[in-house]
Amino acid sequence: MSQNIVVIAEARSDQLKKPSLEAVSAAVDLAGKIGGQVIAVLIGASLNAAKAELANSGAHRVVCVEADHLANYSGDGYCRAVVDAVAELDAGAILMSHTAMGKDLAPRVAAALKTGLISDATALHFDDGKLGATKPVYAGKAYIKCTSEQSPFMATLRPNNFEANSTGTAEVSSAAPSFGAEELKAIVTEVVAGAGAGVPLVEAKIVVSGGRGLKDPEHFRLIEELASAFGSGNAAVGASRAVVDAGWRPHREQIGQTGKVVAPTLYIACGISGAIQHLAGISTSKCIVAVNKDPEAPIFKIADFGIVGDVFEVLPVLTEAVQAAVAQ
Amino acid sequence: MNIIVCIKRVPSTTTAIKVADDGVSIDGSGVEYELNAYDEFAVEQALQTKEAVGEGEVTVVTLGTSDAIKELRDCLARGVDKAVLLKHEGRSDAFATAEMLAAWLGTQNPDVIFMGKQAADSDNSQVPQRVATILGFGCVSEVKSLSFVDGMFTAERDIEGGREIVQCKTPALISTSKGLNEPRYANLKGIMKAKKKPLEEVDATASESAVSVVSLELPPPRAAGRIVGEGVDAVGALLDALKNEAKIL
Repeated sequence: MSQNIVVIAEARSDQLKKPSLEAVSAAVDLAGKIGGQVIAVLIGASLNAAKAELANSGAHRVVCVEADHLANYSGDGYCRAVVDAVAELDAGAILMSHTAMGKDLAPRVAAALKTGLISDATALHFDDGKLGATKPVYAGKAYIKCTSEQSPFMATLRPNNFEANSTGTAEVSSAAPSFGAEELKAIVTEVVAGAGAGVPLVEAKIVVSGGRGLKDPEHFRLIEELASAFGSGNAAVGASRAVVDAGWRPHREQIGQTGKVVAPTLYIACGISGAIQHLAGISTSKCIVAVNKDPEAPIFKIADFGIVGDVFEVLPVLTEAVQAAVAQ
Repeated sequence: MNIIVCIKRVPSTTTAIKVADDGVSIDGSGVEYELNAYDEFAVEQALQTKEAVGEGEVTVVTLGTSDAIKELRDCLARGVDKAVLLKHEGRSDAFATAEMLAAWLGTQNPDVIFMGKQAADSDNSQVPQRVATILGFGCVSEVKSLSFVDGMFTAERDIEGGREIVQCKTPALISTSKGLNEPRYANLKGIMKAKKKPLEEVDATASESAVSVVSLELPPPRAAGRIVGEGVDAVGALLDALKNEAKIL
């Protein structure tokens, strides 16, 4: 196979998203095994900084499609722009990161190209001349290894899972789309920065989460204080399904099956007993810490380090200790 | 208004997964099935949309075997007007599922299609966007807030560090996220009524999968951890373990 590997990169307000660099590096790695060039495709308007960063990412070529009406995301518009661009690129594989945009866009491109797609891939394979990938199913309770029976091979890559370690200098070109604003069916009219817009949960290196053991939504400030003790931008707050269903915390913070799957360096579960759906969503965390007053709680079965104790007593002391350790 | 909602029957989220002898599928013994959690919000939104518009019909459809009739009846009992079972045996990937669904949906002229944002088994989040692309519909995925005014949907969806407001023309396909609404459940009256509602079985137009599963594996078990102590006295030991063993702090 000496077809090219296309990476659909992502920028918002001319800022390249970090997972796109991870996807380029994964593509460079794959090109080392199957040959071909790595071509990054970027859609948007007035792309400057994002284009320049992508040009140094290790891709051989950067192909941009730019127009004012593509400044904001449009699922059908971006799909059309990508499909038009890819038609000229002899793509044997197409990669994208499994971000909010990637999750929405990649299936559209796959449908338009009448090919398969492996979502949320944690590893890419090239065995016996066939491209494939491994992906979690049942929120990480199991993994499947899949191969693509059709070309191009497509996968979205789990963010924070592939290393962004390639560099290079790419030839950059830019073109206008073949369609106008009036042809778009759905378009983003506004992007609103989130309340408590800290580090996104799935990208956070540290996640501190709370469950029913907190007894009252107000007591979540103990969780927030512990998270901020790790320093600005380092830790995110998560929640168990029980407290989200009870309306204590927003849905976007729910961790586990029917919520988010996280894989931080450090996961601290406070007052969370550890239902099977919750454990599935945290099982690939590097280090799991649990604080719970019930020594029989299932969370202790997968926690690396546990403290049996009352969260109301332990958390303030732990917060102070972390602050002191971080300050050192 | 012609409203269609697509659902999937999946293993309950309480299921502990075991690998079957074939090495590619789950051991189904003792597994309980349920309506996919995200589809609950799709069914509810379909019913609320009909109520808001003041007229129309809600049809629920699933691709699968007669095992899924239970979930279809549950949707009828919640207030859906009619159900369709698109009969298909065996596994199909997102490519084939979307092709089969779209082939039938394309004959129905829906104004809006609702689907859950992803199935709790395969965790793909592909079928809604694929179906919309095949049918040429406007589409917003993972919607957590939705309004319909003058033939235009306005939807909100979460993105990294914020949210997007999206406007979408009809015909539209909306995939639903948790938090969009509070799903109603069937009451006894609904269950009685559902028995008399139409449930049609149609053979799906077969389509081949584009992705095949080579193996299904459980994640490697985590190494046994330990309780470092009890109460506030254990905080020092925990910090020590994080610094010197886990090398995190």
